[in-house]
This record gives sequence, structure tokens and C-alpha cells, in this order.
Amino acid sequence: MTVNPSGWRPTTPANEQGEAQTVTGNRALMLEEPLIFEIGSTEQTGVDFAELPKGASKLGGLERSRPIGLPGLSEPEMVRHYTRLSRQNYAIDLGLFPLGSCTMKHNPRLNEKVARLPGFADVHPLQPQETVQGALEVINQLAFWLLDLTGMHGVAMSPKAGAHGELCGLLCIRAALEARGDKRQVVLVPESAHGTNPATAAFAGYAVENIPATAAGRVDLEALKARLGPDVAAVMITNPNTCGLFEPEMKAISDAVHAVGAFVYCDGANFNAIVGKVRPGDLGIDAMHINLHKTFSTPHGGGGPGSGPVVLSEALAPYGPLPYAAKYPDGIFRIVEEETAADEHRGGFGRMVAFHGQMGMFTRALTYILSHGADGLKQVAEDSVLNANYILRSLEDVLDAPFGKSGPCMHEAIFSDKGFADGLSTIDLAKALIDEGFHPMTMYFPLVVHGAMLIEPTETESKASLDQFIAAVRSIAQRAKAGDQSLKAAPVHAPRRRLDETLAARKPVLTYRDGEVAAAAE
Amino acid sequence: MLRVVGATNIDELFKDVPAEARLQGPIHGLPPHASELAVERHMTALSRRNMVAGDVPFFLGCGAYRHHIPASVDHIIQRGEFLTSYTPYQPEIAQGTLQMMFEFQTQVARLFGCEVANASMYDGSTAMWEAISMAHRITRRKKSVISSGVHPHYVRVAETMAKFTEDALATALPDLTAEADTERLIGKIDGETSAVVVQYPDILGRITDLTPIAEAAHAAGALLIAVVTEPVALGLIKSPGEMGADIVVGEGQSIGVGLQFGGPYVGLFACREKHVRQMPGRLAGETVDAEGKRGFVLTLSTREQHIRREKATSNICTSSVLCALAFTAHLTLLGEKGLRQLAQLNHARAGAAAARLAAIPGVELVNDSFFNEFTVGLPVEARPAVHAMVEKGVLGGVSLGRLYPGVDALKNGLVVAVTETTTDEDIAALEAALKEVVQ
Repeated sequence: MTVNPSGWRPTTPANEQGEAQTVTGNRALMLEEPLIFEIGSTEQTGVDFAELPKGASKLGGLERSRPIGLPGLSEPEMVRHYTRLSRQNYAIDLGLFPLGSCTMKHNPRLNEKVARLPGFADVHPLQPQETVQGALEVINQLAFWLLDLTGMHGVAMSPKAGAHGELCGLLCIRAALEARGDKRQVVLVPESAHGTNPATAAFAGYAVENIPATAAGRVDLEALKARLGPDVAAVMITNPNTCGLFEPEMKAISDAVHAVGAFVYCDGANFNAIVGKVRPGDLGIDAMHINLHKTFSTPHGGGGPGSGPVVLSEALAPYGPLPYAAKYPDGIFRIVEEETAADEHRGGFGRMVAFHGQMGMFTRALTYILSHGADGLKQVAEDSVLNANYILRSLEDVLDAPFGKSGPCMHEAIFSDKGFADGLSTIDLAKALIDEGFHPMTMYFPLVVHGAMLIEPTETESKASLDQFIAAVRSIAQRAKAGDQSLKAAPVHAPRRRLDETLAARKPVLTYRDGEVAAAAE
Repeated sequence: MLRVVGATNIDELFKDVPAEARLQGPIHGLPPHASELAVERHMTALSRRNMVAGDVPFFLGCGAYRHHIPASVDHIIQRGEFLTSYTPYQPEIAQGTLQMMFEFQTQVARLFGCEVANASMYDGSTAMWEAISMAHRITRRKKSVISSGVHPHYVRVAETMAKFTEDALATALPDLTAEADTERLIGKIDGETSAVVVQYPDILGRITDLTPIAEAAHAAGALLIAVVTEPVALGLIKSPGEMGADIVVGEGQSIGVGLQFGGPYVGLFACREKHVRQMPGRLAGETVDAEGKRGFVLTLSTREQHIRREKATSNICTSSVLCALAFTAHLTLLGEKGLRQLAQLNHARAGAAAARLAAIPGVELVNDSFFNEFTVGLPVEARPAVHAMVEKGVLGGVSLGRLYPGVDALKNGLVVAVTETTTDEDIAALEAALKEVVQ
């Protein structure tokens, strides 16, 4: 093993600040960490098995003969490896995480404690139903809350994430259309939609067409109406939309869509702005997924697991997927799956996952909901909208706010890099924020705003925290307008400088093999 | 703050919401917030209405396995820097997650005997459908042959999706026989076949050599997809990649992730390097930073929905990174030596249990081969037998009647899983309970 596993070479010049490099590549608490393949050994294990009985092998003659190549570490080495890696991550626990449309709010630790209760964590999905009544009741209670909060008629709990929920919603729509012998082929998606919307529609077998936005950042109702017709199966709307604005004509949109026999799908990614304040069911929406990992505080975990239950209108509820939990008149909870579907859920479009969905997320989300209650959830929406507007008004004099004039925003505020000096753009401001100790905002999304910066502070940030963030953004924005080209080097204080993504894509190194990347970089 | 935003009250910020859609007070009929103590009490009471696997003799498998999870694994996944971070779109401050993904990808690829693996899928069942869909893109054919040994819920998921994509799936029910019917499977492969899908070990616990199936698939220009629901088995038996599988998918729950009533779990997905641009899901790749230091980034994202929109390889956005962290941390703690020992222990305990159960009059062991899970044929219907065993405080396995309702030929089958967590006393309790219920 080399002393310096980071790949840093002595020929690398000292950085602009003239900091001396160390022999190890470490910088005090900023510690370099090699790969497990460089520090572990296939003969090392951190697990002690007391007894190793030898029995006759019944492996059908398929015993492994070749080594696998899996390195092991002792327990102290393993804990240290991952602890060191963890310290190279930004996280909500460390500071404000203003990613637009991602709702990076505090993750209460009671959720984690509850999810780990043996009665939830140590229960098998195929246990006889009389032994899992508590688990089914959790699903049922959460479903009850989601229905009341959205004003809808049915809910499919099994989708594993937001995009999976979108798929579920579109498959319900397709099943409902097919049930009436209707073979519509087109799904309309606004230009500002999340990329998952068109991808999901295509995955569900539909042709995708864009509908334009108005200058005020809303769906162009007239353009939509002009395109609606008997070939349109559904319109996928995000409301509040990805520009952080509520669609004031949502009801008119829904009515127009329903008038041609199509359905309205709503991307619920931005539900945090309206939870407890507005019920999507009152706006004519037929299906909407709810990201439990956004609005209901289950942890993002570095990119999942998520959970995406889908609430359904009266028209779509009969077509939801299997399995689901239902409470019977005798007070017993039962799972409706293929066996009982013929009697109880004839229109269901089928099964989306092996078991019952993200139970570990249901317990966390229900814990969060009970902790907040109807009053607290309403305050969640109000405070998240207040915080976003505070950011909008505190930055609009230094950053271009394309929709700032049209009134208040919802839970996220959108800006652009218009007015930055030549050569500087959104990414430079974002990377400079890293040096200031903040996670950047969502960059270059939505696509309808050139050089977009989408900031969602969430309700769990205090005014003091927002003020620190605002001061940092103001300072960087002023440097960007003044043409401070040093921003292009940012970040300089992070564990890594800007990474070469072109190299990574041109010659992909996706698994560990000795020396490969070093050769590619030469 | 209201003064800065120019509003006199919060409701003015909601002025875009039509008045008739705006709720005035908290939603009627829902309770107000509750204290931490009260919520914990409520949730704990609900949790006590479940029978806890660890409290009783426990023998359930069929796609979810109860293994011991070392305390250090759960500690690592509760580190806030992992737990409360986002998808690593800003690689300079997400090297922890990205390096861990890269290590995970390498471990999965090696375990499955493949060249590359992605950073995880939702679960095994969705990974299997994504593999079928990938094979269709590669071969430009739309017919898959699915072995009778594939988990019926996985098959159902594929059937649901195939209905909408107009793919053809040839499926079959398993027989309660010692060997899977490989010849019949091979007989269904033709020039239209895009993929052959085989579970290894299969739903009844049987272990079948995939080599002849791979040869037959390749001869017809089709791909072989192998599905692994119990990856611990690969500590002892040959990897599917070694036997010619082109895509290997699996459920990673049994390494590091608890039972959790079915989720969240972690889908594993590996394939040949030449097919990587058709692979769904996130990928971490190695690169260098502006100073020449090694670092990792999300890569080949031109396959993904946020770039390609309707032309993406999949609509998948979230993966299952925290569960992948549990998997990789547990596998790192085990190492190859520990994984082999764990697998040996599972196999030996399963062998002991199979011998005891097969000695019960009227009970027959179906399998000639198995890893830690096997099927027994009972002289009575297995589903009521499972319920009767619950009355005796034993969670005695998964009845095939639960998995294949209405199939008479399978209704007496009971699938029994035995792991390192199973004690001699547990096996004795199952033996005694089964003896009574089959009489």
C-alpha cells in the first residue's frame, strides 16, 4: 500500500493559497480514505462465527471453485473506513441544503427509533396475516392521513419512489381507459416538468408531447386546450410547478382535460408547499404521488430509498395496483392480493413490487405525521412558503428573479445567472457556495429558465440560518457580476476540486481495477 | 420576515391559490400534533401487534431472509452524513456516498461474476423487469422465456409491466420435483427470444447449473438473465456470471438489510461491460479532480431521465443507496472469508433441519440440492398447517398455497428457510409442531 492513496502526485503544484501539501495527503480533520480493495484482504474478516460445522454438501455439484475477490476489514477498520467516508459528505445534519424540488428538511430521529422497533424491523413480508396486524394497521393509518390531506378517494401504497409512483398513476389511467375500450396514445407534459414525467410516460407506452409555459412561468392554458383531443390520455402537471409557482388555473386545466375524457396526473414532488392548506382533490386531480422522503421527512439516504404512495380520484381508485391492506368489518386487517383480487378489486392493473412497499418508510412517515398533526402540517406549508419568499425578497436585488414581479412564490424561489459577467454562470456561484459551507441549490433546472437556480429552504431552517445563507449568496452574486474569475476555481476548500466528468464518461471506470484511471488521465 | 416579504399575514403568500380551494383551518377530523412520548407510545403499541421473527422459531424465506446484522452496520447507516445527504449531484461534497457506491458496484460485480454493476435498484422484483426490458433493447426482440423457478411475485411484476409494453412473457408453474425442468425451459427458446430468465437458487430452493441454459440462449441470439434472491448463497456456489449469464439481478436484502415487512430493500443489477450504456439506474465512476486527485462522480447520465427525458433507458430516479450502504458495509465486515463461513453455516444448518423434517412420517424433502432453503411436501395442505403452527408459536415457513393460490399440485408444498440465526431448539420446535399438524 502506498503512503498516499489519493492519487495526488508530488508534481501537483500547491494550490492558490500556497498551502503546503502533506506526506499523507490528509489535512488535519480532512482525511483521505483509500478503497476497501486497497486496504482490505480476502483473508480478513470482522465477523466471528463461533462454530463452523461440516455437513454433507447438497449444492448440486456447483461449489464455487474460483475466488470472488471480496476484501474484508476488521470491525475497527470497517467503522473507521465508513466514518472517514461519511465526513466527505455534505448533509442536512451539517447545514442548509437548499435543493429545489427536493425538500431537504430535517429528518427527526424519533422516526429512526420507531422504524427500528423489532415489531416493525423484524417482521417478514410473508408472515401469516394474523401475525402482522400491527404492520397492516400502520399502512392503513398512513393511508387514512394521506387521503384526508389530499381529499382523494383511494391510495396505492406500494410504489417504491416518486418515479415509481408516477408509473403507478399512469398505469391506473391506462387501465381505466382500457376498461372503457379507449386506446389513447398521447401524454402531455409541460416543458418545465421533472425529467421523470416524460420518461415515465414513455415507459408506460405513451407518446410524449410538450406543452409550453407562459412568460409568467405557468402552463399555457390556451395552448393546452388547443392540443387536447380524443387521442390524449393524460396531462402530467406539477403543482406547485417547478418554477415554484402555484398554477392558479389548475381547476380550469382539470376541467378542460376531463372534458375531452382524459385524466390529470399531478407530480406531488412539491406537496410540501400546500400540505394542510390545499387538497389536490379539490383541484380536479385524478392521481398524484407523494414523496414520503420529501414532505414527510423520511431520510434521503444519499439517493434513496424513497417511497411514493399514489392517491387516486374516485374514477381511478378501482384500477390501483395489488397488493393492498384493507380493514374488514370484523376489525381484522387483510392483504388483498392476486388470490382475493377477483372478488374485491377486479379492475386492478396488477402488481408493481414483490411485497407491500416501503414499510420502513411508512413507519417513519406516520411517526412524522402524528408528531405534527393537522395543525403542525398546515404550519409546515406556511413556514416553507414564508422561508422561500424571504429568500426571494432578500436576493432579488442581486440576482435576476424571472418571476419575482408576478407575486409571491410557493416553497421555492427561482433565480437565474442573467447579469453575471462574461465567462461566469450558475455553476460558478453554486460551486462557490460549497466553499462557504452550503450545499448548492438545484442548478439549470427547470429548463424553461436559462441558467436556473432553484432554491428550496424548507420550513426547518431558522431565520438565522437563512440570513447566513443569504449573506453568502449576496457576496458571491456580487463577485459574479463584477467578473471575479477566481469563482471558476471553486470549490477550493472541499475534499475535492471540480471533478473531470468528461473523463469519467469517455472512459468509464465503474469497478475497481488497478491503475486504470491513472493511465487514462496521463 | 413578513415585513421583508411585504405581506401582513401568511395567507397573502397563498394568493395564487383560488379562495375556494384554500382550507381555512386545520383539516377537519384529523388530530392535532402530539408529543414525542405520546407518538412513541402509539407506534410501540402498534408494533406489539406483530409477531416478531426474532421472538419465535422462524423459518420464512422466499425472497426475504433473516440474517444477523452486526451492530456496526446499523451504526454506519445512521451517520447523519450518510442518512441525511442527497443524491450526489455535487461530487466535491459527496465523495463519501460516491466512493461507497463505487465499492458497492465492484462488490456486486465480483459476487455475481459480472464485469460491471450499477449503484442499486428499488428491489429484486423491479430489477428483474428492468433486466428484461434491457435485454429487449439490446436484442431488439420482445419475447422472454421465464423459468418456472422464478419467484411468482417477481413474475407478476414483469407481467404487469409487459401488459403495457406489449412484451410477450412465456411463464410456467413449478413442479414439486427434485430437479427443475431445464429441458422444457430450453425447448421454449427460439429465434424470437430476447431473454431467458432463471432464478438461482430457485423459488423451491433448488440449485441448477445455468451453463446449458446459457449455451442454448446464446445459440439463439438471446441473453441469459439470472435472478438471485439470496446472495449469501454465492459464498458457496458458482456465480451466475461464471456460468454464462449476461445480466444478473438480485435482491440484496439478505446482506445488511433487515426484513422490515418487505421494504425498503435493495435491488442488485450487474451485466457485461459492452452493455453498460443500456443499463438502467445510477452509476458511480472513477475520475480525477482539477488537482489530479482521484475522485468519483455519477456518470453515463446521458442514459437517465433527467437528461434524456422520454428517451431514457428507465424512468428510475431514486435508487436505494442507504440500503446499498448497509449491504456494502456488511459485506466489507464479512469479507470473502466471512461470507464463505456465513454461507457454510447456513448450508449446514439447513442440511440438519432438512434431515430432521424429512424423517417425520409423511413429510418428503423435495430437493436434491439446496443452499439454505428447501421445500418439503406435506401429507396435508401446507397453508392451514402454517396457521396451525402459528398457534403453537412457530413461524414454520412459506406455504406454496400463499404464493400460488388455487394451484392444487403445489398446495402441499412448504418452503423452509434456515439461516445462521436458527438454533437447534428452533429446529426441534419446528419438527415438533410439524409432526403434530401433519397427523
